[in-house]
Amino acid sequence: MTDLPAAKVDAALRPPRNQWWDVWDQFKTHKGALIGLIIFALILFGVALGPFLWGIDPTYVDPNPVQMLKLRNQGPSLAHPFGTDQLGRDMLARVMAGGKVSIAVGLTAMLLSLFLGTLIGVLAGFFRRLDGILMSATDLFLSLPLLPLLLLMVTLFREPLSQRFGTEAGIFLLIVFAIGVTSWMQTARIVRGEVLALKEREYVLAARSIGTPSRRMVLRHVLPNVMSPIMVSATLGIANAIITESALSFLGLGFPPDFPTWGRILFDAVDQMQLYPLRVILPGVAISLTVLSVNYIGDGLRDALDPRIRGR
Amino acid sequence: MLTYTLRRLLIAIPTLLFISFVIFMLLDLAPGDPLADQPLTIPPEVREKMRTALGLDQPAGVRYVLWLKQFFWTEPLHTFDVLFGTSFAEGGQRIISWQFRSPAMDVIWQRLPQTLWVVGLAYVVGVIIALPIGIISAYKQYSWFDQIGTFVSMIGFSVPTFFTGVVLIIVFAVNLHWFPSIYDTTLKVNDWASFWKQVRQMIMPVTVLALFNASQISRFMRASMLDNLGQDYVRTARAKGMSEKVVVLKHVLRNSLIPVVTVIALGIPTIFGGAIITEQVFKVNGLGQLLITAIYANDLPMVQTLTFIFAALTVLFNLIADVLYGVLDPRIRYD
Repeated sequence: MTDLPAAKVDAALRPPRNQWWDVWDQFKTHKGALIGLIIFALILFGVALGPFLWGIDPTYVDPNPVQMLKLRNQGPSLAHPFGTDQLGRDMLARVMAGGKVSIAVGLTAMLLSLFLGTLIGVLAGFFRRLDGILMSATDLFLSLPLLPLLLLMVTLFREPLSQRFGTEAGIFLLIVFAIGVTSWMQTARIVRGEVLALKEREYVLAARSIGTPSRRMVLRHVLPNVMSPIMVSATLGIANAIITESALSFLGLGFPPDFPTWGRILFDAVDQMQLYPLRVILPGVAISLTVLSVNYIGDGLRDALDPRIRGR
Repeated sequence: MLTYTLRRLLIAIPTLLFISFVIFMLLDLAPGDPLADQPLTIPPEVREKMRTALGLDQPAGVRYVLWLKQFFWTEPLHTFDVLFGTSFAEGGQRIISWQFRSPAMDVIWQRLPQTLWVVGLAYVVGVIIALPIGIISAYKQYSWFDQIGTFVSMIGFSVPTFFTGVVLIIVFAVNLHWFPSIYDTTLKVNDWASFWKQVRQMIMPVTVLALFNASQISRFMRASMLDNLGQDYVRTARAKGMSEKVVVLKHVLRNSLIPVVTVIALGIPTIFGGAIITEQVFKVNGLGQLLITAIYANDLPMVQTLTFIFAALTVLFNLIADVLYGVLDPRIRYD
């Protein structure tokens, strides 16, 4: 014992650490993931706090027609660092407002798809009787042509939902719902696989032998142990949802024109891209940067959460 | 293997019926009125007659069964007639597109070549680029080639195709004037000049899609190679004194291709339907663009037929991928 170096003794005597600290330590070694995390945090901050610092309303059109005509299609200047669009609206404010909607859609749709995927995965993995039917439902959904169906759903139901919940809220709900219901299948498959493996573990057997009811078994013993794959598919889910939303907006089937999202701003600028390429580049770079950083975070998380890689 | 394939084929039938029913009901619930674009001066009783002529006064169930009959009986018969000059489908009602006022399948056959050329070629190019990149990236893991390859594939994976397409148009069509920004489908290739024109207009859409496909497939290829490079049989092969080329290109590559081939097979249906956005960006009038315009125009028979064809292709290639996996990998036995 006395031969051990001091550091090792220290390490042995230290109180046990939360495993998430180990995950974080491993995550930090992945350079891309760290940079991605910083960029994503910056984008989140810019989108959430930016509108408070930059006081221009993204939908403000100068009421004086002469002023409005003068303000149209301006290049970058001090008053408008990103220039103005075809109605003289400030592009910086629009990009920030658009990011808020895009990221909100991404996060909510991801949560919905995670909820559905985890629910179906856990039910299928844990209860043998439900396995067959739930997994064939998953296979059925996987064999649907998703983008055409999404387009259909959005076109068919945008009117009734806008009338019921108001234009913005209705379309927000519709898009989040549509993306959520069409993207849960991968999560469900992964979670089911994990749950099937977990069910054979001794601690689950021990819990069962002391009479733990199924509900508590799932919540207490199974769910916390399938957190890692869920977190990885969460990051991929955000990326997927942001891309899908902007693709829908790009096809003109997303949010209405006076309600900026990144995809919509890009779509509006495409008609005049020969004259004002900057207006296309800005939202496009914003989408790409967000998705790229989220994908890198997912990559890093996958490595960090894999106990076979961690600590090496 | 045969029984497995047969069983899967049998399961595919109710799956497809179910999917077609879901699409049909989704369309039926749609609030859009197919007569909305007719002039308002049409008197109500004439309007009613038009609805009857379109068959819209029938209950949904009847219309669904009629559609099934048209799609699975009349249309195949008609194709047979066209191919062999017979007349079995004489008098049978085909699926009529409301938008084009002609049979939906005829329009689809007209649009198919553009989609197959542009999107199919992009897929082939993507696969050809992706395989060597994946192999070298895995063999030289963490080398500069691997780092750059991973970064580029991450970008290709993350940047949406509508943005890459628009950037390419701005750079190469607007600023450099190298390629046309709009795909001209009326172009007939009959000499070298028109062939060169065709190549030039295909370069940008093919590049965009190929980059996207290549980035996905190369990631699979790399992961699969890495899995196999660590296996015991690789060490055995090296210990036997085989050259590195034989070890990597014969032993490891063949085994790593098994999952990649299924991934490639799974991606084929997206050739037909998934390139909607790219076709829209470059104004290629293929199947994806047909679907978009049909959705805009409330052309329900066309939307129904196209979506169902996409679904059928997806189911078919899922099946092919599964069967292929069993054929290629002797460890997988389904029976």
